[in-house]
Amino acid sequence: MEIDWQPVWLTLKLAATTTLVLLLVGTPLAWWLARSHTRWKEVVGSLVALPLVLPPTVLGFYLLLMLGPNGPIGELTQSLGLGTLPFTFPGLVIGSVIYSLPFVVQPIRNAFEAMGERPMEVAATLRASPLTRFFGVAIPLARPGFVTGSVLGFAHTIGEFGVVLMIGGSIPGETKVLSVAIYDHVESLEWEQAHWLAGGMLLFSFIVVFSMFLLEKRLRRSGT
Amino acid sequence: MSCIEVSLKSRLGEFELDVAFEAPARGVTALFGRSGSGKTSVLRAVAGLARPQQGKVTVNGTVWQDQKRFLPAHQRPLGYVFQEASLFPHLSVRGNLEYGWRRVPKADRLIKFDSVVELMGMGPLMQRATHRLSGGERQRVAIARALLTSPRLLLMDEPLSGLDHSAKRAILPYLESLHDEFAIPSLYVSHDPNEVAHLADRMVILEQGEVLATGPAGDLLTRLDLPMAIFDDAAATLVGTVSAHDHSFHLTWISMHGGRVAVAREDLPVGRHARVRIQARDVSLSLKAHSDTSIINILPAKVVDTQEINPTQMIVRLELLDGQTLLSRITRRSGIGLGLHEGMHLYAQVKSVALIG
Repeated sequence: MEIDWQPVWLTLKLAATTTLVLLLVGTPLAWWLARSHTRWKEVVGSLVALPLVLPPTVLGFYLLLMLGPNGPIGELTQSLGLGTLPFTFPGLVIGSVIYSLPFVVQPIRNAFEAMGERPMEVAATLRASPLTRFFGVAIPLARPGFVTGSVLGFAHTIGEFGVVLMIGGSIPGETKVLSVAIYDHVESLEWEQAHWLAGGMLLFSFIVVFSMFLLEKRLRRSGT
Repeated sequence: MSCIEVSLKSRLGEFELDVAFEAPARGVTALFGRSGSGKTSVLRAVAGLARPQQGKVTVNGTVWQDQKRFLPAHQRPLGYVFQEASLFPHLSVRGNLEYGWRRVPKADRLIKFDSVVELMGMGPLMQRATHRLSGGERQRVAIARALLTSPRLLLMDEPLSGLDHSAKRAILPYLESLHDEFAIPSLYVSHDPNEVAHLADRMVILEQGEVLATGPAGDLLTRLDLPMAIFDDAAATLVGTVSAHDHSFHLTWISMHGGRVAVAREDLPVGRHARVRIQARDVSLSLKAHSDTSIINILPAKVVDTQEINPTQMIVRLELLDGQTLLSRITRRSGIGLGLHEGMHLYAQVKSVALIG
């Protein structure tokens, strides 16, 4: 029996890219959610949390409409000469970013809130500008939140299926990720391949969750 | 004259803050008041951590805030010591100390790194993680960290209130030496009259968001129309010089014009300035200078003012020959028995004297 490694690598690439994008987008968003006093905040907070309860196929369906040739974003990307995003790797990244957003934003937001205003005030009285104190104080102090957020975002992206199926399809090397590959194997009654991939996922997921608990425990003990 | 001018108006729900005061560009000015009187709000506004609806803050001629301008906190050359040390947990003691110091341009560094490290006893702590420090050590690091920004104004928000009695006693000398060593004007928030007597030259008394009185600390702490004089631990501070040591009875004499008081023997050079604190309840009054008493500290004095504290007790404000003030708490019965009246000359018998520096 031969295991096709391509979906594995593609999945890891997708998860890594998604996590990176989420850290870049999610950090300012989490900061704003933790610090803002506007009434709008909870509306935005709810939108961010929506993928937690929304069936992934529903999310995928709307993304397909938006990104498709007649959707507003699809028209934009076409006019920029980028073509359309569904059934491409970048399209998959966009879907995954939205799908995994709450898993990254929530832990970081919690960490920022737990920190309170004081450390930033102290830094201000020590001459640190807003940006310097954000990078030199807020981010290091919120480290446990970043660790949790990254791990959850990464793991959650690896496990996604519904969104991928709606906007990605099953193009080998481009959009055929692990979960889709397992599904395809089962559909074509290739039980052994499905077993290997599914078992691998099970082991991987356990290792991720277990090491996250260990890491959190250690971070808490070191007092940061 | 260079000084600190503050006037603030702010409304936060039910609480209204409306204060204006000046503080000299030298020494420690205490912002004194009960909790909820607005002390911390004033300090935060001076620091630029809070933005009052209307405010003017001028320090040594530089405007930090007025109707048009608002200098953000990180651009104000100040040092701030918070009630809790609030050290950065992700940095070592050295990292904490260097955090602000690094950001001050070399030309503006008026205070040497090593001299603060030495003065505040930081040497053995430098490489430690902050969570391995005691409460007193943490607060010392916080004070050193603030000093190292070479502030033009040092703001301290009850830096001792979170500490136990012995930690407080251990840190007070550092605060006092800071006063002597660096000529940085300070605003010091406190609700403890003893702390104020120890550290402050002047005080601003706040009550419900307004200034009740400002003036020299020694004067305000003993004024009978202000709340401190009727506190249970009301006391007066006297300044004198060490005049002699009594080896056989293990005493040190501190003299002032018109009298002297004895404290338990302290190893101080004769001629050095000394301050003593005398509790009102340790001072009794007598019409004659008795020699047939166990009390050895007897000072001639004049009655300036009297005030009932409760139906049983009264407080008497006395002026010594050199103009210094003493408080005496006696029963109303004794007061009437002695026929106390303003301008009356008598003798204050002091049972106990504490040297405070």
